[in-house]
Amino acid sequence: MATISQPATDTPLERDQRTIIQIDDVHKYYDLGETRVHALRGVSLRIARGEFVAIMGASGSGKSTFMNIVGCLDKPTSGRYLLEGIEVSSLSKNELAAIRNRKIGFVFQGFNLLSRTTALENVELPTLYAHVSKEEGRKRAQDALQLVGLGDRTLHFPSQLSGGQQQRVAIARALVNRPAILLADEPTGNLDSRTSVEVMEVFQKLNDGGLTVVLVTHESDISQFAKRGIHFLDGKIRRDEPVQNRPVAAEVLKNLPTLED
Amino acid sequence: MDLVAIIRIAMRALARNKLRSSLTMLGIIIGVGAVIAMVSVGQGAQEQAQQQIAAMGSNMLFVGAGTVTRGGMHMGWGATKTLVYDDMLAILRECPAVKEAAPGSQASAQVVFGNDNWATRVNGSEPQYFDIRSWPFQEGSSFTQSDVDMAANVAVIGETVRKNLFGATDPIGETVRINNLPFKVVGVLAPKGTSAAMGDDQDDIILVPITTLQKKITGQDWLRWIMVSAVSRQASYTAQQQITSLLRDRHRIRSGQDDDFMVRNLADMADLADQQARLFTVLLASIASISLIVGGIGIMNIMLVSVTERTREIGIRMAIGATEGDVQQQFLIEAVVLSLLGGAIGITLGMGASYMITQTLGWPVLVSPTAIVAAVVFSMAVGIFFGFYPARKAAGLDPIEALRYE
Repeated sequence: MATISQPATDTPLERDQRTIIQIDDVHKYYDLGETRVHALRGVSLRIARGEFVAIMGASGSGKSTFMNIVGCLDKPTSGRYLLEGIEVSSLSKNELAAIRNRKIGFVFQGFNLLSRTTALENVELPTLYAHVSKEEGRKRAQDALQLVGLGDRTLHFPSQLSGGQQQRVAIARALVNRPAILLADEPTGNLDSRTSVEVMEVFQKLNDGGLTVVLVTHESDISQFAKRGIHFLDGKIRRDEPVQNRPVAAEVLKNLPTLED
Repeated sequence: MDLVAIIRIAMRALARNKLRSSLTMLGIIIGVGAVIAMVSVGQGAQEQAQQQIAAMGSNMLFVGAGTVTRGGMHMGWGATKTLVYDDMLAILRECPAVKEAAPGSQASAQVVFGNDNWATRVNGSEPQYFDIRSWPFQEGSSFTQSDVDMAANVAVIGETVRKNLFGATDPIGETVRINNLPFKVVGVLAPKGTSAAMGDDQDDIILVPITTLQKKITGQDWLRWIMVSAVSRQASYTAQQQITSLLRDRHRIRSGQDDDFMVRNLADMADLADQQARLFTVLLASIASISLIVGGIGIMNIMLVSVTERTREIGIRMAIGATEGDVQQQFLIEAVVLSLLGGAIGITLGMGASYMITQTLGWPVLVSPTAIVAAVVFSMAVGIFFGFYPARKAAGLDPIEALRYE
């Protein structure tokens, strides 16, 4: 299991071997007809390998735009973004797709699983685009489901799984290509408080295994499970500080009432 | 992603909306089915026409006594008395492209055998007539040249006459009465069916020596027609020219004047019938292909709906690493699978339909492999053509927008 959370080999070009995300003075505008929306106004940031970062901010603070850029779904208008030393802002669409496929694992608020497709097939999906052999893809998908504790639910359809289980399938899918970072956008937004903590438990476990996790959330109690909190306001980083008194999700769960109580 | 995986994904996506997929395919099914059925019917008709013309005799030319205008009255075919036996001899002597020739004349007569009687055509000719028309005997044989020389009372009967007069009785050696004259039946011709050119029953006929007909039945010494065979099919055109100029010469027709005879070339008629059948086939096929295009538009319509419906799926696939090419390929393959599947069903239905049509019309079944290959290629092309735009649209989606789509 450790192999899954182990990051890929370092690029020799990078001066600081531990830096996985390097963002220098990134700006992002959207032109909406007459008006120009300035979503990011000069963001600089470094995230090291093995960090667990929570990105926080109200809606309109630029955190979603930031997440789209970090996730290589969007490109900055100006500034530099290096992912594992690769200058992402200059890549073509197909190269970005390959980066998303191999270096980034996405977890979304709405789970975004393909319905009428089994858990296993959902998890396999990224391996199809990575040109991994069918057998290898299947094996990796099974391992990933095992890792998130759903080894016995591989043939269930999303509609047969609870919200927490669906989100864990989504996490398994994010892990299957052994990404450099796990990028979670409001992963607990659709979950009740206990299930939210359960998902955080999975994240903490993966992070303990060495995986870099970037979590976007507006819930401050969820952000507490990260090691570092970054607050966005009006397209800029307002605060960037380590999390004090970080709770361990596994411990918190013991004190939470279960659904049966 | 490998092609097998993409096809599997496409099949599954189509199976998800079975009714919708089948209705979409219906357009292609009907289109392909119609093309196959129509082309088969057209080619069957072509084959049928060819067979009928071949049945009339190979390399055959028909020289008929022509029309003539007397005092402003346009007289019908065979109205002239200028075509004579010597013309035939001259044709045989002076036209190198001609192989054989047989004279002919005709009368209508009541034929009696026992208590049965039958009104039919009585043709007079010579033994080579059967050769020229490649007309075999099912029983007995032709009258002989000496029968012709002696104007003997012998007759060869067609299948229709045999059926109506003799029924189960063996006609060979029996005597029939034609206009009250006794004739001994020496042969029964094999059935030839309905003629393609005239539409009449070719088996409703009695043949007697030309001399017997002229002397004992009609009392005329001119000919109604001369049947000629050319040395080959190509030579039949040369023969036509040679006969025309020879007869104009013999009948002293000045240039500018109309012929008092006509020469019909069966090769000509075969070509004409062929052309008509081909035109018929093309017409039918083009009408049918319109429904194929309509079917293609149906595919495009459903694929566009599908792309909109699955915007979120497209967004997910792009977020986890599908390139634009991957997405485009997925939707294109889906459209092609849809159209090919429809094409396959359409071919089966089209073959069934053409079999039924040919059975009903009694035509030869001709499902052409070309039409099947063309149908497969065409339905695939329809899938690619009409699937391309929706697939392009899917591939052009912005993953961020697509993920946000509700």
